[in-house]
Amino acid sequence: MAAKPISIIVVAGSRERLQMAAMIAAVGAVSGNPVTVFLSMNALQYFVKGDRTAAPPEGRFGELLDAKNAPPFRAMFEQAVTLGDAKIHPCSMAMDVMGLEPSALEPWLAEPLGLTKFLGDAADAQIWSF
Amino acid sequence: MAEKRVIDARGSFCPGPLMELIAGMKMAQVGDELEVLSSDKGSANDIPEWIHKAGHEHVGTREEAGVWHISVRKVK
Repeated sequence: MAAKPISIIVVAGSRERLQMAAMIAAVGAVSGNPVTVFLSMNALQYFVKGDRTAAPPEGRFGELLDAKNAPPFRAMFEQAVTLGDAKIHPCSMAMDVMGLEPSALEPWLAEPLGLTKFLGDAADAQIWSF
Repeated sequence: MAEKRVIDARGSFCPGPLMELIAGMKMAQVGDELEVLSSDKGSANDIPEWIHKAGHEHVGTREEAGVWHISVRKVK
């Protein structure tokens, strides 16, 4: 049975939500599922090239993630790409609002995508939103 | 000749040990055996799930002093 595609929309800027989105992307991708991630709104800022700003915790668990040796969300998204062939697309609307060019983003991101294309590709996928 | 490698992922939380194993599997040859050391109990259940799903051989799992040793042989 073919693995079902996984589509993940990430608009949150909190530590916990970025962490869980990255975990699903990474584990889903290395388990043989085609994974597509759509980064928009408050999530996109953390994928500007070289940006290592810490995402603020939403609650106690986010504080624990910082205190313990939890894999960083950026690294897990990148692993989803390098180990599992995931495609991580920045939202073209968010890029326009933030004045970002593709060259300003991490090189392991895929090409910018609009909602129409993303929703079309996600039609047969399990969809997760953060 | 098949090799055996140890991946020390102690101190890392899920899915860190799994991701380290997969990175190791990418470098390994068919027939090689990899043993992941993990202090994360969740990974001790999750990793054999991945092994089974990916079609590799779960050689075994044992626990010693709070550390799980999960062995996998690369089949394909």
